[in-house]
Amino acid sequence: MTTNDKDIVLHVADVHKTFGGLHALSDIDLQVEQGKTHAIIGPNGAGKSTLLNVCVGRLAPTSGAVIFDGHTLTGKKPHEINQVGVARVFQTPEIFPELSVLHNVMVPAFAKRDGSFSLNFMRHLDTQSDIRSEAESVLEDVGLVAQKDVHAGSLSRGDKRRMELAMCLIQHPRLLLLDEPTAGMSRHDTNTTIDLLKRIKERGMTKIIIEHDMHVVFSLADKISVLAQGRIIAEGSPEEVRANPKVQEAYLGGAH
Amino acid sequence: MFFMNRRDILVFAGFTILVLTMPIWLTPTGAAYPALMQTFAIYGIMVIGFNILFGLTGYLSFGHAAFLGVGSYTAVWSFKLLTMNAIPALLFAVLLSGVFAVVIGYVSLRRSGIYFSILTLAFAQMCYSLAYSVLTPITNGETSLQLTLQDPRVIDLAFTERGSGLPVPNLFGLPMTGLTGFYFCAVILVLAFFLAQRITNSPFGMTLKGIKSNQNRMDYTGFNTRPYTLAAFVISGMYAGLAGGLLAVTDPLAGAERMQWTASGEIVLMTILGGAGTLFGPVIGAWLVKYAENIFSAFNESVLHNFFSFLPDGMEEPFVWVAALFVGEGWHLTLGLLFMIVVIFLPGGIMEGVRRIGTLFRRRPDTSDGSAVSAKQQPAE
Ligand SMILES: Nc1ncnc2c1ncn2[C@@H]1O[C@H](COP(=O)(O)OP(=O)(O)O)[C@@H](O)[C@H]1O
Ligand SMILES: [Mg+2]
Repeated sequence: MTTNDKDIVLHVADVHKTFGGLHALSDIDLQVEQGKTHAIIGPNGAGKSTLLNVCVGRLAPTSGAVIFDGHTLTGKKPHEINQVGVARVFQTPEIFPELSVLHNVMVPAFAKRDGSFSLNFMRHLDTQSDIRSEAESVLEDVGLVAQKDVHAGSLSRGDKRRMELAMCLIQHPRLLLLDEPTAGMSRHDTNTTIDLLKRIKERGMTKIIIEHDMHVVFSLADKISVLAQGRIIAEGSPEEVRANPKVQEAYLGGAH
Repeated sequence: MFFMNRRDILVFAGFTILVLTMPIWLTPTGAAYPALMQTFAIYGIMVIGFNILFGLTGYLSFGHAAFLGVGSYTAVWSFKLLTMNAIPALLFAVLLSGVFAVVIGYVSLRRSGIYFSILTLAFAQMCYSLAYSVLTPITNGETSLQLTLQDPRVIDLAFTERGSGLPVPNLFGLPMTGLTGFYFCAVILVLAFFLAQRITNSPFGMTLKGIKSNQNRMDYTGFNTRPYTLAAFVISGMYAGLAGGLLAVTDPLAGAERMQWTASGEIVLMTILGGAGTLFGPVIGAWLVKYAENIFSAFNESVLHNFFSFLPDGMEEPFVWVAALFVGEGWHLTLGLLFMIVVIFLPGGIMEGVRRIGTLFRRRPDTSDGSAVSAKQQPAE
């Protein structure tokens, strides 16, 4: 909008969202640089998940636009947004409970390979060895390969989250949106996830991460935006944000 | 392209043998006569198709009998206008029911869950009343659409003289009566099963399962779910049309009652009874319902008196009186009872019972398999 800076992959431009009389998002302007990890922090109810919902087409903004790599996402359907390279991990895991862990991870790979619709019913699942082995290697990455034949519905909450992450990673998205990816995980699993997310970063994947765990935020983020009551009240490098008195008041005062 | 793994081959071979040897293994039950076995084969096709929509994709249609009816009417018209050959009749039946399915599916699939079911029910009832009264020139209303001696049959009559009696549907001259008729239906059932097996084991089938499991996730995973659900709807509608066409091939007559909502309900019942989502289950369910219908609706009081004659005199009467409620016209009571018992004790249908017995035999108390056991028992969230 203002600059033609090639490094900006996601531009949330002046987004407002109201629910009835509630201003869930006001004047949100956010620019995310290619390959960077952008953290969004803020107290519960600040509007963090709403912001991601606007990005992936679950909610339409009341005004404003979201532009990803030259595509205007606003007005696009969720599957179209995914097809241009945006994947999301939800705050409450969205998985296929009745399918095995391996199949949960294979399904997104079909959308990536065959597009949003394909009558690929003359192919046999067993001949899709490329996708199967890729799914296995992604499961290896998130540490779930031992459970690949288990029903996904029976995984623990933390494991579901890791599996959902694997479901996103197999698509090699250009933008990955993570809504509290380590909530419900043990300290050990949280650290494994941090390592994993660091490794993805080396592959050049851009990420937005919403997180309450400051250890996670400060280990991963290149830039942090602080959201409170639907507004960005501070933005900057982790050091700048940590030092900001407004943040300490709004965030530390409101966190659970 | 035609890859099958060992399990697929076993399942397919097992099914084929089961179907083709029906005249042998059904003999002890007294059901091994062509008319009933044809019904088994035809309703097998019906529920295999229905299962692709309901069992795989999770959309419960309450109007699938409409497509059955469309298939029957189309086939009879093909007999009347063109030829008594079964192949064109079936092709037209499948095509036209497919067209109906595109229209009905396109509208109904704008909703899911109970609203989808109600929409399909409404459409089917519309089709029923169209057939029963509005479109009588095409459907012959109450009296059913039948062959007549004056039918044009342009293709047949271009090659042969008009005979004196009503002609019989045939396959390039081979009359579709008796066991020949059954084997014709049986081969088509096997092919229908093969296609359903391909679909189930393909990425496409996996996508349908994903839609059933979590349609929301599918949207955010990049799938355009609407055309997938429509494809499943149309495929299952075409299966129903094929079944309807076969009903006409084995008995060239089409009536509106075939499209009534009770007929649609029966299809749902068969599928759930056998085990929705499995390949075998719905077919077993269909066979059981059709067999029970045949047995119980044929019972009458004198049969019951014979059956209970071992009881002392005073006891016999009340037993016969109670049992009589459940047979003959009242056989639907039996069906309802059977259905309730299965749904309450085996929510996964008869196939779940088979699986349970299977696991009972395979692994006795075996602690190393704790993960698989807990996988079943733990709720999703
Ligand atoms: N779909 C919705 N309808 C109505 N209100 C909503 C909806 N989604 C979120 N909200 C409200 O918007 C505010 C921000 O919610 P959310 O974005 O989930 O917060 P956060 O993720 O930061 O905890 C909350 O007050 C919430 O109740
Ligand atoms: Mg949230």
